[in-house]
Amino acid sequence: MEFLQKATSPWGQEILVRVSWDLFWAVLIGSVVFLLVHQVLRRRWIGKEAEVVEGPGGAEKVTRHSLASRMFHWVMAASMLVLLFTGFLPIVGIKFSWVVIHWWAGLALIASIVFHIIHATVRWTFKEVWVSLRDVKDWWRGMMEALGSSGEKARKPGKYPVDNKLYHYAIIVTSLGVAVTGVLMMMAIDTPFFARDPYFLSEGTWGLVFVIHGLAAIGLVGLVIAHIYFAILPEKLWMTKAMIFGWITRKNYTYYDSERWSVEDSGESPGEAPVDAPVSETS
Amino acid sequence: MAVIHDNIPSFDLFQPASIDDAVSLLGRHGADAWALAGGLDSMDWFKDRTKPHPKVVVDLGGIAELRGIRSTADGIEIGAMTTLTEVANNEEILANYGLLAEAASLVATPQIRNQGTLGGNICQDTRCWYYRGGWPCYRAGGNICYADTPTSMNREHCIFGASRCVAVNPSDTAPAVVALDAQMVVRRGGSDRVIDAEDFFIGPAEDITRMTALRPGDLLTAIRLPSTWAGQTFYFEKVRDRQAWDFPLANIASAMRIENGVVQDARIVINAVAPYPMRLKNSEAELIGHSPDEELGATAGETAVSGAKPLAMNGFKVSLMRNLVKRAVRGTES
Repeated sequence: MEFLQKATSPWGQEILVRVSWDLFWAVLIGSVVFLLVHQVLRRRWIGKEAEVVEGPGGAEKVTRHSLASRMFHWVMAASMLVLLFTGFLPIVGIKFSWVVIHWWAGLALIASIVFHIIHATVRWTFKEVWVSLRDVKDWWRGMMEALGSSGEKARKPGKYPVDNKLYHYAIIVTSLGVAVTGVLMMMAIDTPFFARDPYFLSEGTWGLVFVIHGLAAIGLVGLVIAHIYFAILPEKLWMTKAMIFGWITRKNYTYYDSERWSVEDSGESPGEAPVDAPVSETS
Repeated sequence: MAVIHDNIPSFDLFQPASIDDAVSLLGRHGADAWALAGGLDSMDWFKDRTKPHPKVVVDLGGIAELRGIRSTADGIEIGAMTTLTEVANNEEILANYGLLAEAASLVATPQIRNQGTLGGNICQDTRCWYYRGGWPCYRAGGNICYADTPTSMNREHCIFGASRCVAVNPSDTAPAVVALDAQMVVRRGGSDRVIDAEDFFIGPAEDITRMTALRPGDLLTAIRLPSTWAGQTFYFEKVRDRQAWDFPLANIASAMRIENGVVQDARIVINAVAPYPMRLKNSEAELIGHSPDEELGATAGETAVSGAKPLAMNGFKVSLMRNLVKRAVRGTES
């Protein structure tokens, strides 16, 4: 398997072209294997996690995601899926006119990222996703526990468990990777926004741009597959529903450390939930 | 600047005697195989640049089934290996599909037409010299179009249909078969699929490395001309730098059904202004129900060039295309 595709210029110079699509297949197969392994192990973990949270308040609403946060999430999700499908379907042999759809979806992704940065800055929610030393310790304890160790148990998380935070960081790196390189690549094609200029960068730099774009996109394939997989697990559906409706039940809320994520302090008011929801958190 | 090989790199040569054998070979070797028709475009690729060379060449010259012109219940069927000379001189084609005969007769030189085939002419690759010259462009698997810059030599390139790549389809017969609403018979494995000529040619937005719907393992076996347009009013004109022998700067093929001096139906196709033979549907629609005169031609020509995006050195193609459409509608060269 090769990692990079290179070409030879008419002057005999070797030029970096892009990342090898063999990597795409490797990530795709690796993701499927991961899901299968997780499915096997998950059955062990579910039994343990069922006892994690027991508490009152199954019919009481606790706001988890604001409307703005949810809109950002779903716009980003839709644009990301369109980008991945339009980017990779032609590579796997399904040919169609994809370029224009791809860069329009890219613009939607960039708009959602800009909105998210402004929203997070205004509301100053960076600390919610900041990985602390305690998070690292709890992540390690959780891993040991999952592997069967009977040592110290992980403590309750704040609004976002450490694996969510790490996932967020991975998405930051890959999304910014595709977004920044994607804007540069738009300068090499015909769009209404830039005068096309392939000599804006040197051939070698263009190759680097394509490699970064490809690597980030291939990384996103694995990340998105994992994200969708965890979102549709039965024991996780209450979290997914929260991203649709905005709230969790008071019973779900007891999964979290109320000192690290205090809904009262944030001024969010509880209400009546129409249904009770199961509680557990596994990854 | 191209990487020229003194000798053609070696390959395994197969000379099947039947379509089934040829398709079997092409299917077995996939992207490593090259279907050799007349060999006029192929030899360039074998020798003149660093495009991955085929490991296997399947010479179609010995397959009798691929040659000849046959009458069918609904028109005629032309074997893909029928030479351009045979197409240009065939009596039935001259009588009923003169548009294709005219187009075939204007390809290159008599010697080339004796060797070149209809299938090969339809499936030939673009002439963009950056691509042919060994530049690692989009079409060659790279990520830059060297022809679309303010200083590029892009006089022959496209004014429509660019998508990263600005190369054009150079075929003379391709617009004729689209105008005649032909169908392309493609064999893959043990089965045939029939593709409308209009859908057979694809642009870089769909697949930047191919100009036709043919995938590795496919073989174009025949071109079917339906009787729908047999004996109608045709017009073909090719504009080129050298009248003796050259690829088109633009060529136009039109077929019109005219009754009592009024256009009932029309198909106008222009090539070498886009990466594929481009059907001018808006212009066609303007003709229906009207008399094909100078004024209508001018209107159709103006409509045809709407949305054109000329490059640094091919702005002339806009007025060329406008005038070709006008002349096609008027039906005579001034």
